[in-house]
Amino acid sequence: MKPFQYTRLSTEDLSSGTTLRDSTILAGGTNLVDLMKYGVEEPDSLADIGKLPYTQIEESDKGLLLGALVTNADTAYHAAVKSTYPVLNKAILAAASSQLRNRATNGGNLLQRTRCYYFYDTTMPCNKREPGTGCAAIKGFNRIHAILGTSASCIATHPSDMCVALAALEAKVLVLRKGETIVIPFDQLHRLPGDQPEKDHNLEPGDLITHIQLPAEGFSEHFEYLKIRDRESYAFALVSVAACLKVSEGKIADIRVALGGVAHKPWKLKEVEKDFFGKEASTENFQSLAEQLIQGAQGFGTNDFKISLVKGAIVRALNNALNPS
Amino acid sequence: MLNIGNKQKRVDGPQKVTGKATYAADITSQFYHAYVLQSTIACGSITAIDTSAAEAFEGVKGIFTHKNLPERLKNKVDYTDPLSPPGKPFRPFYNDKILYNGQPIALVVAQTFEQARYASKLIKVTYEEKKFKGSLSENLKNASADRAPEPASNRGDFKKAFKNSDYTIIREYRQSRNYHNPMEPHATSVEYKSDGSLVVYDKIQGVASSLKYLNGVFGLGADTVQVKSDFVGGAFGSGLRPQYQLFMATLAALELNHNVQMVMTRAQMFSFGYRPEVIHTMKLGCSNDGILQALSHKTVGETSTFEDFNETIVDWSGLLYKCENVNLEYELTPVQSYTPLDMRAPGGVSGVYALECAIDELAHEAGIDPLEFRRKNYVDYDQNEDKPFTSKELMACYARCEEVFGWKNRKDLSKTEPHLLTGYGMATGSWEALQQPASVSLSMNEEGTFTIKCATADIGTGTYTVMSQIAADKLGVSIEKIKFMLGDTAFPDSPIEGGSWTVSSVGSAVASVCEKFKYRIADVWKRNNPDYQAVAFGDISFQKGKLEYRSKAFSFTEIMQQASKEELSIAHSESPAEGQNTHSGYAHCCVMVEVTVDKDLGIIKVPRLVNVSAAGKIINPKTAENQLLGSMVWGLGMALREEGMVDTRYGRVMNANFAEYHIAVNADIHDIHTEFVEEKDDKVNPLGAKGVGELGIVGLAAAISNAIFDATGKRLRKLPMLLDDVLEA
Repeated sequence: MKPFQYTRLSTEDLSSGTTLRDSTILAGGTNLVDLMKYGVEEPDSLADIGKLPYTQIEESDKGLLLGALVTNADTAYHAAVKSTYPVLNKAILAAASSQLRNRATNGGNLLQRTRCYYFYDTTMPCNKREPGTGCAAIKGFNRIHAILGTSASCIATHPSDMCVALAALEAKVLVLRKGETIVIPFDQLHRLPGDQPEKDHNLEPGDLITHIQLPAEGFSEHFEYLKIRDRESYAFALVSVAACLKVSEGKIADIRVALGGVAHKPWKLKEVEKDFFGKEASTENFQSLAEQLIQGAQGFGTNDFKISLVKGAIVRALNNALNPS
Repeated sequence: MLNIGNKQKRVDGPQKVTGKATYAADITSQFYHAYVLQSTIACGSITAIDTSAAEAFEGVKGIFTHKNLPERLKNKVDYTDPLSPPGKPFRPFYNDKILYNGQPIALVVAQTFEQARYASKLIKVTYEEKKFKGSLSENLKNASADRAPEPASNRGDFKKAFKNSDYTIIREYRQSRNYHNPMEPHATSVEYKSDGSLVVYDKIQGVASSLKYLNGVFGLGADTVQVKSDFVGGAFGSGLRPQYQLFMATLAALELNHNVQMVMTRAQMFSFGYRPEVIHTMKLGCSNDGILQALSHKTVGETSTFEDFNETIVDWSGLLYKCENVNLEYELTPVQSYTPLDMRAPGGVSGVYALECAIDELAHEAGIDPLEFRRKNYVDYDQNEDKPFTSKELMACYARCEEVFGWKNRKDLSKTEPHLLTGYGMATGSWEALQQPASVSLSMNEEGTFTIKCATADIGTGTYTVMSQIAADKLGVSIEKIKFMLGDTAFPDSPIEGGSWTVSSVGSAVASVCEKFKYRIADVWKRNNPDYQAVAFGDISFQKGKLEYRSKAFSFTEIMQQASKEELSIAHSESPAEGQNTHSGYAHCCVMVEVTVDKDLGIIKVPRLVNVSAAGKIINPKTAENQLLGSMVWGLGMALREEGMVDTRYGRVMNANFAEYHIAVNADIHDIHTEFVEEKDDKVNPLGAKGVGELGIVGLAAAISNAIFDATGKRLRKLPMLLDDVLEA
């Protein structure tokens, strides 16, 4: 890989924000180091945030506060996550391998790059890696690619499982920006590719994710994380569904459905969910919700199957959430 | 205690699990590290290559390209190896031509691996591109039987018999490309000695192949180069031919007069051989009562533009079932890619996949249970060669597998979840039981420890262990007294470790050299004990390191004190048994599987796999079971997971990593059961043993495919079978 400067940041370094702005941030490194080996990322300077103090999970009335540097594994197995936010536990444990989960951090999980064969191969055209070179996936291998929110310049998918559960839970992301903490609702963290696919998210240079704030409601009674993939472990989702329900006398009191593997970001439509508040928690309504949630879905050849697959997956996930085994 | 037939633990196990086993990349001399830059186009030529920035980069010791290949490597140089198919082998840096995407076009040698890797990215290459055919499907019309070897002879009148059959099927089956992906990437460490000689540590399935290549290319003879390969971390055929890291590390060592090591990256493991994509067309016909009347198997396979790689694919269809009217055709078509390479049960896996799917389809058409159908069409001689088998206990495999699996009552097994469809499938598997010439040497030291040497390999199969068992038994000593050494061109010749013939070939040679030793020690004993001069050899026994005669025991060490030094060393060359000529040798198996298919989501799972094999004498049931388990796991991977995805626009493998090229993982594997039936064979080789390194993968993909049909009513007729195939079928 390309030679680079390496700095290990301390809390004092954060006040100026200069190092963060001029460096690529290194946390667990499970994605960044791969990208550097492939030559996809060639930073001149790495700022290792591993010694910063965002390493705790704190409980409060507002909900659980997850430090950005807590590992995915420690998060999944945290007692309060298991008891109050089981959908998050299940999503994290469906991801990658135990080795990766032991190393990867929560902040890093949010900021992993999107998934695409052509993005990872520097000999290929890719608008995300090299804006303006074209998208090789649209007419190439796109079985793993997006069906929602795509653009003519990019059809890559966000690869995270954890983020799909966080989207469903409507978590908030706490970001240190110029010495101040700002709060970003989860659905505004990631973005769709549009004509700027090189941008995966809405953070600004110098921003640092410090925490993830989970809301008080964890949907511990009715939840499901359903991941459909090409093998039973260590595979990205072809399609995944985080489903959370609150049911009162057979009626939907609250419903959350976030999809993974179908878009450049976790896919969730609040207005569609709201339509079903007060309606019967039935397969018919789940089917109807699925139809609305993926309205406008478009395949690119080898990923056409995702359109019907995701519908089936949504209904299955909601029924599993409704009737926990 | 007899060792043969024991579940002997691996004698090299402790070395492997403590990191003391030295693989090719584990040699720790002071090496320069080599990294290869690969082409980014599939076809055309290099118009310019600028290495100046790379040369100036810190730590770089040398850069090699077609521009500075030493002249001596261009003239009358033989780049073939013992397994080169017809054609011209790839010659690195030979000229500016690009033959495939990922072709090595420059070698950077530096103080460290990272320096070499990054410096390679500083090389600027300009190409002139040409159009090309990137896949089998794109180039089907150039398929030709002339490029391929002739299959076994056709027999009878296929057309007529097919026409007159009561039930017929015509089906096409497709298999995608698979890559070997042994856990250990290919690596070569070259030690450059002060006298100019080399010691080459290579990842290879037979050191003689590396030596032959080095001799042909660099003119290095056995006097100037020694090739060693103590341990190989899996190969599956990828080490049957020397791969380009051998050329690279040797070239750099010779040019820089320094030790050089080259280890391939995982991505580079996708830049040479693979199991080729093939398309099979099967036409089968049977009578009302399920007797096979006509069988035609045509296969078209991909090869490179420079070599005509071939496998024995269609012949299996002429072999496995009784059929008098058989038509076999095999064609090759070139694609812009590297040459395919033998991979575990090459040809057999492919041919039997198509045949066993087709047999299942025909049985279904005829309304006959697939196991019953196979029994009806059983054959007890080799129809291709018109020879008897050395042994064939396949009927016993069928019977035992039927019982263990619960085949008869399989439909009664209840389905537990509403979304799941359950299905059951089976297939027959078979693999060759060949014996090749092999040589070994044996010597005994003062402590009575035996050193047996042979240039064979242990690619993880258990060669060290099994040979030690055979020798311990034949010599009548404990296994601790045996030191079996392999993987060195200084040792007696061995066939390459492939074809599942190592136990048969090297094992038989080991047995014979031990027998020779017993005669030798008996001679010395008689010579020095005049009282016993008339004792017949047959009246002497050998156990616990002692020669025994009428309740008197004489230790080997004691007797051998009176032997000359020459007498303590014995060499032996074993030729294949007569039965290898007069008979056909094959191992057989029956595999049954249970699958579940999620009817809404298409997800396929395999809760249960059963394999019952007949493979002659099993020398070590533990390593044999390991072999079967490994090959069955891979069979599942082939059926449901693995696909080398070549983007034909670029001729480039797009999933050259373990995240996207899906090999089966632990979570995919559930209950696997293997068993051997008793099979006596006094013809196949002196040990009566057949190799099992490849058998377990043959037929498995078909059994899974057949089970998916049983569950869903859908025939997927392609590999791998993915959930979208279920949803879209």
